[in-house]
Amino acid sequence: MTMLLHQHFLDSVARTPDKTALVCGEQRHSYAEVARRAHVLACALQRRGVHRGDRVALFFDNGVEFVAGLYACLSIGAVFMPVNPLTKSDKLAFMLCDARASALLTQDALAGEWQPALQTSGSMHSVFVSDGCDADDARLQPWPGLDGHAPSPEPATIDQDLAAIIYTSGSTGFPKGVMLSHLNMVTAANSVSSYLGLRHDDVILCALPLAFDYGLYQVLMGFKLGATVVLERNFSFPVKVLETMVREHVTVFPGVPTMFASLMTLKSLSQFDLGHLRLITNTAAALSETHIQRLRALFPQATLYSMYGLTECKRVTYLPPEQLDVRPTSVGRGMPNEELWLVDDEGRRLPNGSVGELVIRGSHVMRGYWERPDETAQRLKPGPLPGESVLYSGDLFRTDDEGWLYFVARRDDIIKTRGEKVSPREVENAIQSLPGVHEVAVIGVDDEILGQAIKAFITLEPGVQLTDRDVIRHCLTRLESFMAPKYIEFVDALPKTDTGKIKKTGLARGHTDAERTAA
Amino acid sequence: MMNTKATIRRFVEDNFMMGSRRSAFADNASFMEHHIIDSTGFLELITFIEEMFHVTVEEDEMLPENLDNLDAINAYLSRKLSTVTA
Repeated sequence: MTMLLHQHFLDSVARTPDKTALVCGEQRHSYAEVARRAHVLACALQRRGVHRGDRVALFFDNGVEFVAGLYACLSIGAVFMPVNPLTKSDKLAFMLCDARASALLTQDALAGEWQPALQTSGSMHSVFVSDGCDADDARLQPWPGLDGHAPSPEPATIDQDLAAIIYTSGSTGFPKGVMLSHLNMVTAANSVSSYLGLRHDDVILCALPLAFDYGLYQVLMGFKLGATVVLERNFSFPVKVLETMVREHVTVFPGVPTMFASLMTLKSLSQFDLGHLRLITNTAAALSETHIQRLRALFPQATLYSMYGLTECKRVTYLPPEQLDVRPTSVGRGMPNEELWLVDDEGRRLPNGSVGELVIRGSHVMRGYWERPDETAQRLKPGPLPGESVLYSGDLFRTDDEGWLYFVARRDDIIKTRGEKVSPREVENAIQSLPGVHEVAVIGVDDEILGQAIKAFITLEPGVQLTDRDVIRHCLTRLESFMAPKYIEFVDALPKTDTGKIKKTGLARGHTDAERTAA
Repeated sequence: MMNTKATIRRFVEDNFMMGSRRSAFADNASFMEHHIIDSTGFLELITFIEEMFHVTVEEDEMLPENLDNLDAINAYLSRKLSTVTA
């Protein structure tokens, strides 16, 4: 019986041990080799006392170590926590403490961030560094070699147990851990791979970070089917990625709008033979109608899927490709084995043709936010059956007469930039800590490439002089680079409500007017 | 006038290596490997090189072989500038 996330991988290992599972640059790793790497790591974690339910952070660039690490955790019943390698030490420290992580699997190049973060993590007892590290810390463990380990006993994991905790930006300014069970993740992987029609002979190119859930699912879905996943570290050099796609005969290319935007600017695109490409999938933010048309013209051989999702349940909707011409601005409708509906402010179901908050029901809906009962209660509410919870997305949608969904607005103030969720509060906290800053307000402004760009309005203490660059550089030391503002405006005062709170609605209007004048 | 590598090094240190993270890096150290520059940073670096050295970095030249460490940039610019003056 195959009910657990890693068992699907092990089935593929048993079916096709010699097939290439992963391609990372020049290196190719077979299914058997990835399984072997995961196994020795699992044994090493067990020997260090990592038990069922313990949290283990994975802080890596895309690579075989991340993948081996995640299956190692799952096979001993531990819960993996993927952490974006752009994360800075303060935030990493927060996540390690918040989750009370027992172990960290990481790499030496990120030591500048994880070493300071370890200072405040009392629960952390073991750190494995894939390429070694000579720091003086008793918790540091050698990365295990590939031979000579006894098999680990099968833990008593069931599909209700947690498989992963994925941190996501919260409007409080502190990230919150989305708890996902084996059942949640297996369900999402099944539904998504079935509507996409992914196959065992697919070659999937993943340039999305594995710490981002859609990047992670490329491995989970690909390995379940026995496909090959080509991992790119990032999308810094699009031409390089295209060369890899040609060389590896890539058939599936998952991306986010900023990636597609930079591909479409390449004049040399037509010189690359991408004849094997059969599927392009877009998530994280909607593609504009123009971009949809251009992508389809550039890649006529490939089918394009527009999708919408939330970390809290992985995927919510997809637009069947044949609907792209009929309703290009729709995010689609529910995927297999999922029910969706809209509700009004009182939680009443709305008929087609209405605007309301989207509610999601299915086995892929998270188990809540780690140790955040209040925030969990805002999102998970009683469903139609006793004891059941459904997910309130916090996003407003409208339906057309046939029930197809269209995104209207977010209900919170989270900014979506480069496909990443950014809490304005988190950016404000970072800027506020810069000496000389009196007050700050951060908003998202429309941006053709980024979706939204981050803009900060700042008032300074008397006599202080700061430049845009001072603020941006300060942000880069504390925040992931995508959180640093693109625009800074120094103002004499910020608009306030009667109760003295900063009023942001006026600010957004100000930016639009300024842009219009400039255009 | 500063040489090419020193100019680029100064730009990288001033813009991407902040505060306590400022540490020496070798001329052949990969920016990507060592997490010195990320995707957005490479775009800034390219803009800087174009403005500073009055060249256009063509899209088929936007490769780690040309841009991912100081030695690579130096070699790339030498080739590029010798073609311009030739």
